Amino acid sequence: MSLSSPTTEADDRTPTPADDHHGPLASGQPSTHPNPLQHDALTDRHREPAIEVHDLTVAYQTQPVLWDVDLCLPEGKLIAIVGPNGAGKSTLLKTILGLIQPITGWVKVFGAPYRRRRSWVGYVPQRESVDWDFPTNALDVVMMGLYGSLGWLRRPGKAHRHKALECLDRVGIAELADRQISQLSGGQQQRVFLARALAQEARLYLMDEPFAGVDATTERAILSLLQDLRSTGRTVIAVHHDLQTVAEYFDHVVLLNMRLVAAGPVETTFNTENLQRTYGGRLTVLTQAAEALLKARAEAPKLQRGGPG
Amino acid sequence: MSPTLVILLVGCTIAAACALVGTFLVLRQMALLGDAISHAVLPGIVLAFLISNERSTLPMLLGAGALGVLTVFLVELSHRTGRLKEDASIGVVFPALFAIGVILVSRYAGQVDLDLDCVLYGEIAYTPWDLLYWQGQSIGPKALWVGGGVLLLDLLIVGLFYKELKITTFDASLAAALGFAPTAVHYLLMSLVSVTVVGAFESVGAILVVAMLVVPPATAYLLTDRLSHMLGLSVLCGVLSTIGGYGLARWLDASIAGAMGVVSGLLFVAAFLASPRHSLLSRLLRQGQLRRDMHEQLLLLHLDHGDGGLPLAEVSRRFSWSQRRLAKTVERLRARGWVEQSEAGLSLTPDGANALEHSGQGPLRHGPEDGSSVTVS
Repeated sequence: MSLSSPTTEADDRTPTPADDHHGPLASGQPSTHPNPLQHDALTDRHREPAIEVHDLTVAYQTQPVLWDVDLCLPEGKLIAIVGPNGAGKSTLLKTILGLIQPITGWVKVFGAPYRRRRSWVGYVPQRESVDWDFPTNALDVVMMGLYGSLGWLRRPGKAHRHKALECLDRVGIAELADRQISQLSGGQQQRVFLARALAQEARLYLMDEPFAGVDATTERAILSLLQDLRSTGRTVIAVHHDLQTVAEYFDHVVLLNMRLVAAGPVETTFNTENLQRTYGGRLTVLTQAAEALLKARAEAPKLQRGGPG
Repeated sequence: MSPTLVILLVGCTIAAACALVGTFLVLRQMALLGDAISHAVLPGIVLAFLISNERSTLPMLLGAGALGVLTVFLVELSHRTGRLKEDASIGVVFPALFAIGVILVSRYAGQVDLDLDCVLYGEIAYTPWDLLYWQGQSIGPKALWVGGGVLLLDLLIVGLFYKELKITTFDASLAAALGFAPTAVHYLLMSLVSVTVVGAFESVGAILVVAMLVVPPATAYLLTDRLSHMLGLSVLCGVLSTIGGYGLARWLDASIAGAMGVVSGLLFVAAFLASPRHSLLSRLLRQGQLRRDMHEQLLLLHLDHGDGGLPLAEVSRRFSWSQRRLAKTVERLRARGWVEQSEAGLSLTPDGANALEHSGQGPLRHGPEDGSSVTVS
């Protein structure tokens, strides 16, 4: 299915593994890949939070970036990490992924260290983090999402190409598969990254600013994809910059400014007081906009939101 | 084996080996690291020489390989402190190591038969006569064995770890998240570079090694959009430079290594001027085409508003174009049958009016044969 098509979810039930066969993720073609949601651990899925962070302190050289963060994030939600520049948002993601070693504290992903959960976690880095002049095409980049399941030395084959093409199709740019990646627009590049994460068939997605620098069409398409993921029980944790859309797009929010300011459901956590504690006093217009949106959403029926609200 | 064939084979194996690892150096924006390694291994060679007390290749390769990895390690170390940028780190580490090597050579020059010139410049012309012996029997030129061995090793490692090299080069953080240790892959690649450089510069000299590590991959980079093609093309460029360079050297009766370097440079310039997408030439051509399209459209639009005809002098006055530009633009439009010149002046033909109508906002699009696809409705 295409990213840009309207979201197909309408039911309000708690997603079950059986939903996967009808959900958008598997629409049309049954997935040949083992679904991480059908894992044995699923039986006690509500016992283990998606992410558990304890006493986490991270520093570059002697400069602390994250300070004593404790965090527990539930599964099956769209979760925004929000905070000013230099608040440690990307660092938090990278620490969860084991890319940065913390000074103190630990992170658990579904109740275990990350290295035992690699195949459960998909990662979308910041778009600027790679060299888009690299000699490769869109399909090839998406295939990299499958490297994890291949492991060392094994080479991807025809089935993997097919799978990667499917993922490109799901983000609506299958026709760009052979396009050199520098010839893609910013929004298309972001879609390639999302397709690559989809190829990882993860249970939890960590995304570093997926909405940064994309046009309005792509933004809606990405949002619709995130909602598809949620409707099949996946968890998405995304660094997000646009405060005006936090309440509209996400279920949970983590407010971060080196220390954890607050974390919880958008309805209770994303309020003026917490935002001011996160951004200092510099946030009058945006805060009011966010408040207005929250109010509007509280009044409107919850059209956007499927799955367990 | 004829000396010519030996020289060509040695040159080609070394060029191919350098092109394989050089491709990843160029993509990792570490082209200068090859330069650094090729100089910094000198103390390793001298130490290996002093310890083993013989001028055999294997200890020297090992000593140089170890120094190569040490170079990479020191560069990373000084870079990771956050105080130095990568290029400065390279610039600090390799002269220091090279200088130590120079001191070692000069201090022990009396005891060892090691020539600094030979290390730096090499001399591929002598390789046919530097034979390798096995149990007293000559088994062929040493450089050919070394070059062939290094090429095989590079092919093996790049072939086996192609996927890992690719993902760690393109997106190291995803590679790390997926469990492909980018640091380990980095050191694997750098060890390979060290061994390749050392194996190569004994026969062709450090300067040509740098040229072969960087120039063919840089040329290939301009010519293709796929990593696998880039690897193949850089090997091809390296081989062409070798063969062409040898021919040039024979013709000019000059240094073979020098001629090879020159030919690889010429290949790069040719690619830079003529590659389909990235080149200067195609960019200039495209810009010129856009500008001409723009001129034609402006003139057509202007004639569309004028009734009857517009004298050329009047057009020239209004547009303040050079005579030449005006004449050429008019000439192109007339050739296409879009404008005609009568006594009253320049005017639009029905074809021209039609073309203008179909051009929309953008520059005029012509058919493959100068507007032949545009017909009067």
